[in-house]
Amino acid sequence: MSQSEISQAQHARETWRVSRKRRSTLTAVLSTLAFAVVAWLLLVNTPGWSRVQTSFFDWDTAVKAFPRVLDGLWLNLRVLFFASISVLVVALLLALATTLRNPALTPIRLLAKGYIDLFRGTPLIITLYLVGFGIPGLRIEAFGRIAPEILGTIALTLTYSAYVAEVFRAGIESIHPSQRLAARSLGLSYSQSVRLVVLPQAVRKVVPPLMNDFVALQKDVGLISVLGAVDAVRGAQIEVAHFANFTPYILAGLFFVLLAIPTVRLTDWLSARMAKREQMGTVL
Amino acid sequence: MTEIDWSKPRLLAKNIRKNFDDRQVLKGVDLEVYPGQIVALIGSSGSGKSTMLRCLNLVEELSDGQIWLDGDEISRPGVNEDEVRADIGLVFQSYNLFAHLSILENVKLALKVVQKKSDKEATEIALDWLGRIGLADKANQYPDKLSGGQQQRTAIVRAVALNPKLLLLDEVTSALDPELSGEVLELIRDLKNTGTTIVMATHELGFAREFADWVIFLDQGVIAEEGEAADFFAHPKNARTKEFLTRVI
Repeated sequence: MSQSEISQAQHARETWRVSRKRRSTLTAVLSTLAFAVVAWLLLVNTPGWSRVQTSFFDWDTAVKAFPRVLDGLWLNLRVLFFASISVLVVALLLALATTLRNPALTPIRLLAKGYIDLFRGTPLIITLYLVGFGIPGLRIEAFGRIAPEILGTIALTLTYSAYVAEVFRAGIESIHPSQRLAARSLGLSYSQSVRLVVLPQAVRKVVPPLMNDFVALQKDVGLISVLGAVDAVRGAQIEVAHFANFTPYILAGLFFVLLAIPTVRLTDWLSARMAKREQMGTVL
Repeated sequence: MTEIDWSKPRLLAKNIRKNFDDRQVLKGVDLEVYPGQIVALIGSSGSGKSTMLRCLNLVEELSDGQIWLDGDEISRPGVNEDEVRADIGLVFQSYNLFAHLSILENVKLALKVVQKKSDKEATEIALDWLGRIGLADKANQYPDKLSGGQQQRTAIVRAVALNPKLLLLDEVTSALDPELSGEVLELIRDLKNTGTTIVMATHELGFAREFADWVIFLDQGVIAEEGEAADFFAHPKNARTKEFLTRVI
């Protein structure tokens, strides 16, 4: 709408809105700047700042450690890729197993529930040790020597699939019973109604929380270093020992943050989009 | 208009009882529906209309009584309930279209999964039905993009496309404004003309008077009065019926 068409009252309102918006932007910028300056001053005036600066933020060390840490990150990415896929598959099967109704399949349902309880409760690091040192300890000839990154992927899958199964289960339960009722009244069986009506809607609903778990997994792939896999964290550790300087850890940390930011933004965007859709009044 | 076949009932229900915990919702209801007939269930909210329909479709477990569909007892122990439900369509007040499927896929789903029709055949049947209700050009739209009337007509068509022996309509117009209700009632009228057997719980007394063959007034879980539509509305005999009709009309 052009200026000439709006009333005097609307013009006054809009002018006021613009000035209010300008003022709040200015306030936000100033307060952020003030906060940053205070934080910086407090930090550089600590007694040990200059020593911390040389041992954690040394440019030369960062440059020299860069190739090995980056190389390690590539291993993290591969583990992340395979772990994500196996987590999704195992978690979906677990979630479906917990919804089983056939009495003959009761043991499967109970096993799935027990599995979820167990691995949600066990700290990841302990699962890593158990799998990483326990499975090779069995000395199964057929397997030969299993690479630590594979054992790490197995441990990550065990823990994360328990979490993600709960996310799927919550999604399944969030679908209104009337959808299942409609499916059943058309003659679909219980399992058909779950598979064709409930699950597709549930999966869509849980995408944001799933992405959240994916972000957590992105960081936790760094834990496979405790099994001796030379990933970004382990690579950084080697360089730390070599240069007697902690900068490579900061470097590895930065890599993980850069890795997480796109996923985090994507999650925010997806959540916002879904919230908007729900507010517009999607059916059920 | 197709003739009603009085030779043997499509649906026979005897002494239907349903309790929810210690609350008796249906206290022994009998029902006879003949092929091609439209039976209207009327009564105030909570009188047991919806529960009755749900019992007939076996989505609610009976507390007592027996039901026969074309002479087969569908309330016998061990009956395949999924097969029975595929023969008895049920449409709800809240449409309950599948939100993740286009309206075409909504109509196709049970044709393919339950009736094992090929994708091509299911698509043909579904498009034909959507065409009859004027929604063929919206076949690929998702339910949330349609009006309530369009959604409800799709929900009815989704049930009718399976060619059920009996169609149960549970207050299908109660969530719609008069104009959209009109669209849905028109579809029901068309279905009557093609010989579909229908039991409908409804608050549309005008429609019931004009198009139902038989009207049943449920009051507190029992049939207070029933009769041919014209007679029922013109000369109600029961005091509760008179009271209900004067209150509603």
